[in-house]
Parts: sequence; structure tokens; C-alpha cells
Amino acid sequence: FNGGWQTSLRSPVLGDMVTLFTFCAEVEDTLKRIQGINGVIGTIVVNAEGIPIKTTLDNSTTVQYAGLLHQLTMKARSTVRDIDPQNDLTFLRIRSKKHEIMVSTDKEYLLIVIQNPAE
Amino acid sequence: MEIVYVYTKKRSEFGRQCNFSDRPAELHVDILPDTSLAANFTVRDPCNVTVQCAEEMSEHEVNTERFESESRGVNHVEGGWPKDLNPEDMEATIRYRKKVEKDEHYQNTIMQIAGLMEHCCKQNNATDIYQEFFEDEDEEVMEESEEQPSAKTINVFRDPNEVKRTATSLSWHPDGNHKLAVAYSSVEFQRAPNDTSFDSYIWDIENPNKPEMTLKPVSPLVCLEYNPKDSHILVGGSYNGQIAYWDTRKGSQPVEMSTIEHSHRDPVYKVIWLQSKTGTDIFSASTDGQVLWWDIRKMSEPTERLVLDPSKKGNLDSALGAVSLEFETTMPTKFMVGTEQGLVVSCNRKAKTPAEKIVCTYSGHHGPIYALQRNPLFPKNFLTVADWTARIWSEDIKESSIMWTKYHMAHLLDGCWSPVRPSVFFTVKMDGTLDVWDILFKQNDPTLSLKVCDEALYSIRVQDNGRFLGCGSQLGTTTLMEISAGLCTLQKNEKALVSEMFERETKREKILEARHREMRLKERSRSEQSREDEGKEADGEESAAELVARAEREFFDIMEAEKKKEEKERDTVKDVLLLE
Repeated sequence: FNGGWQTSLRSPVLGDMVTLFTFCAEVEDTLKRIQGINGVIGTIVVNAEGIPIKTTLDNSTTVQYAGLLHQLTMKARSTVRDIDPQNDLTFLRIRSKKHEIMVSTDKEYLLIVIQNPAE
Repeated sequence: MEIVYVYTKKRSEFGRQCNFSDRPAELHVDILPDTSLAANFTVRDPCNVTVQCAEEMSEHEVNTERFESESRGVNHVEGGWPKDLNPEDMEATIRYRKKVEKDEHYQNTIMQIAGLMEHCCKQNNATDIYQEFFEDEDEEVMEESEEQPSAKTINVFRDPNEVKRTATSLSWHPDGNHKLAVAYSSVEFQRAPNDTSFDSYIWDIENPNKPEMTLKPVSPLVCLEYNPKDSHILVGGSYNGQIAYWDTRKGSQPVEMSTIEHSHRDPVYKVIWLQSKTGTDIFSASTDGQVLWWDIRKMSEPTERLVLDPSKKGNLDSALGAVSLEFETTMPTKFMVGTEQGLVVSCNRKAKTPAEKIVCTYSGHHGPIYALQRNPLFPKNFLTVADWTARIWSEDIKESSIMWTKYHMAHLLDGCWSPVRPSVFFTVKMDGTLDVWDILFKQNDPTLSLKVCDEALYSIRVQDNGRFLGCGSQLGTTTLMEISAGLCTLQKNEKALVSEMFERETKREKILEARHREMRLKERSRSEQSREDEGKEADGEESAAELVARAEREFFDIMEAEKKKEEKERDTVKDVLLLE
């Protein structure tokens, strides 16, 4: 099903509105699924400017996480690229005493998930 | 052999411009190899040569200028919103967000990265990848690793005043050990300039730039102690003999001071908190020969007084000056005083008459006893630090110490036991070195000897965990050091070995003491006998004269024998030369 809709992205404009709509739902579903995983405390989607697009946490926490992790990801990415310019950062995992912060990165967006790992 | 090349220049040509010209090489000296020297060398086969094919690197350490940092808070504000958008406007932000969500690129990206994320989240739930596998084995590994004992400086606290005073006493905060109270005073009599500050400081160990609190006494403090029961109260003994106590919640001025008439007449060298229900009892000692007990709630006069008169008459003129005190909370009725004269006086507080208060004295040191402390795990044995040695004593043996260090080149000014290991103690010397002794490892030399600073170190105090210690120097610099784990973790069998060692040494001293006593008795009986013989005086004198004559004769005989031997040797040498 997924694969079918993906290829249809290249199909003409008429079908576009429909695919966009379903895709929107897909994104929602995926994020909901991630939030539903055992132990996940919160999920945040941040764009390149550091603006939180989607979040399941309260505003002040979101802003704090978004700002701080954005900077850290930039630094981590520049580190990786310094060592090998062909390389790029894909995932960042910060394990602390209380929980684990996972950052999945792309050139433009950041997906931050805070999870309480299994005991 | 000097290789010299001489060139000449006419005096009339001095000062002329130099004209350089090329010429072929000239051989001036040719030193040919001397093959006879080869006889001193042998061929070595094989030769071990290490070769490394790697970049050569060198390590450097640089100390920068002191960097003063301050902690401040920052207020975060949401940013990144486009210029035309007001972040406060809820509707506008929601609209913007919805717009981004509709973007195709956004959706593709999210699908991708969310997939990766899901995988990792599930992974976390499946197994705990950060599980501690070797927790139980940690202890074994620790014992096997034989690391070199070492100590490193963590922080240095300098006296902020222009005129530096000596850091004479240190006291760690009773809970948490994050603060260190240091008493500053000038120990040399009348040597301090008039505008020397009287202040003592409480330092937070994280911040060496500025003391956390200042204590302002009327006269410089020689000793300072935190109340082990109440961490806000400190008591200090000052240079003019008064005792004062501070409450850190109430500010820098002392809450109350003892009245001058009833205080000591000399600087108070040590003050210790006693174990009592109210937690307000202290006792202090000074070189004026008195030990005074006080209740800090009523500082107008001491609750009890003891004069350290060895003849037990309470005579202040013949009293010994006290320089250190010792009190163990497990033995509240006994205490010990270290005196200027080199004697340790053991006293009983609960004795009925003042004469009985002084139980016994231990002699053996040549100078004032600067430190006196019982071993925290073996209270029968105590450590004294004085003159050029440190000695360990057993309570039962009064004539001499059971163990002692060799005589050092510099005076030892302070010392203390490690609170966690019964075989480890620390001493500081006048040349600025800190020695860590481990009597189970080595008895002749310190296990670790470090030069902390160039000036004399006057005081040392170890934290209750045995890991950190602070030492104060003559110029008011307090250095906070951390010692390696090996020196502050109890080794297996340590208590048993140390107790064996102490017992063995105590036994040895007892045997020696008994032997000495025997010899003394014999001497006495012999001298008594010879007094009886003195009736025949003439014989007595003759025997003495005869002895002298005999000694002379023997001496000259030996000289003659030696001379003859030398002559014979000379003759034999001459014969050998003639033969050649």
C-alpha cells in the first residue's frame, strides 16, 4: 500500500491533492505510533530555523528542547563532516540518567523523541 | 686537547673594510683514530633497537592566567519565526505550522526519519543496551590494578589580602564537605605589619576566586573548628587568648566572645568540640599552661580549668605550655595535651581532685608537639608530630614511642591519620612537602612525597572520606588535593595487619623497657657495692691510675706495631722496584 502511494507522487497534478491528503494522515499516524511506543515521553518535530512544528509536550519544554538540541545537532553534524566531508549525521542518541533523547536528522527537519528506556 | 687556529693582521690594517675571498679547504688538524682504545670495547651482538614508524608527537602542558567565571542565568525566548510573524499571535503561528505540515518535502522527510526513529525506540524497548555487565566484577578489578600512589592538586585558594598571613588551621564542613574554613594569623611574634587583616575565610571548594564568607574576629584566629553537630556554628581561638563563636547565618561578626579576664593569656592553639547533649561544649588549650572548658552559651567564664603542672600542684609558673589537644568521642573522659616542651600529657577529665587529673606523661620529642591524634580505628595508638620526626605511641608504653620515622631535613609542622585506612597518615614539612606514609607498605620512607609549594606548610586536614585533603602554607595558600584510590580504600586484611604490627612493636618496647630496668637495677647495685669498697681508698685510686697506665701502654704498643708493619711494607716495595 505504502509503496504504491509513494510511486504515485510522480503522477500528474489531479491525483496530487488526494495523495497529499493521505500522506498527511500517514505522517500523523507515524508520529502517533511513535508516541504510542512503550516508554516514549514526548515527540517534537523541528524545522531548520528551530521552530517546533509538531509537539506532544507543553510549550516551554518544547521551546527548550528545540533550541538546545538544534544547536547540538548542528555541532554534531559539523563534527561528522569535518572528519569526512562525504559523511553526514543521521542519528544522535543522548543517554542520560533519567531517559534517552533521540534525534533523527535530515537537512531540513529534526525529529526529537524522549524515551524512558526499558528497565 | 685544544684545537686552535691563529691568524694575524697588521695593526696598520685595523679598521679596514673586510675583503672576503674564497679559497680551497685547508686541513688544520687531523686526529687519527687510536686503535688501542678499541681494547676497552667489546662487540655486542645482538643489539636491541626499537623503531617506530609513526608521527612523532610531544605533549605540553600550559597554565593559563587565572580565569574568573561567574554563573548567570539566561532567559530563553522563542526565535526563528519569520520576520512578518508575531510569535505571540497564536493564530498566526498555528497557520504557519499547518502550512509547513502540508509541504510535500516535510512529509517525505518525516516518513524517512520517523522510520529510523521507530526502529531505535523499539530497539530500546527490546534490550537495554547500556546494561552494566561488570558491576560485580568491579571490586575484583580494583584490587588487581596496582596503580602508583599519587596525589593531584584540585584547587588552590589564595589569601586575598595584600599582606599574606599563614593558614594556621583548617576545618572541613561536617555535612557534605563542600566548604573549608581556614584560619589565618601571623605566627611569628610581632613580625606582622600593622595593617595586616584579621579576617579568616570560609571557602567553597568549587570557587577558588572569592571566599564564600568572611569571619571578622577582634584578633587573628589561630584555630577554627566547625561544630560537628551543627554545621552553622564555628568556634575559633584567637591570638590574644580569647575564644569566639560564629553562626554563619548571622553574619561575619562573632556571636559571642569570651571575656578577656577569664580567657587564656597566650594565643589559643587548639580548640575542640566536646561530645555533649547540648552540643555546645568546647575545650581549648594555650601555651599559657591552661586547658579551659567552655559552654558557648555562656562565654563570660570557663566552666572548668586545668593547669598543666607536671608536679600536680596547679602552679601556673611551672606549667607546661599546650600546643595541641586530642579528644576522641568514643573515650569522652580522657584527653591528651601536646606541650611546647615535647611531652604528651594524658589527662582524665572525671578525676576527683585536680592533682589526679594529670594521669601520665609521654616523653620522647625534642620540640613542641604540633599534632596529636589517636588512630581512628585503633584508639590505643596515637600519632605525634614534632621537631623532625613523627612518632606512633602505644598508651601503655610511657618511656618511648613504638614506631618513629627517621629524622628529616626539615621540621614537621602538622600531621593526621587517614580516617579510612588505619595504616596511612600524612605529615607536612617546613620545606613545603607533603608526605603520605603507609606503614604496611614501607616504614622507612614515605610512600608518597610531594612538593606542594615552596614555602612551609603549616597545617593539614583530611576530609572524612579520606579522599581529599587541604593543606595550608605560610603565605596563606591553601591547596586542595585528591589522593589516588589506592591510598583511600581499605585493603583486605588491613585492620588485622595493622593491629599485629602495633602489637609487635608494643611488645618489643615492653621487652626493651624491662631490659633497661634490669640494667639500671644492676648498675645501682654495682654502684652501691663500689661505695662499700671505697673504704680502701688508696687501692681505689691506684686501680684507677693503673687502668690509665695500662691503657696508655696498650695504645703505644698498637702504634709501634702499626709503624713496624708500614716499614716492612715499604721495604718490600723497594725490593720489588730494585728487582725490576
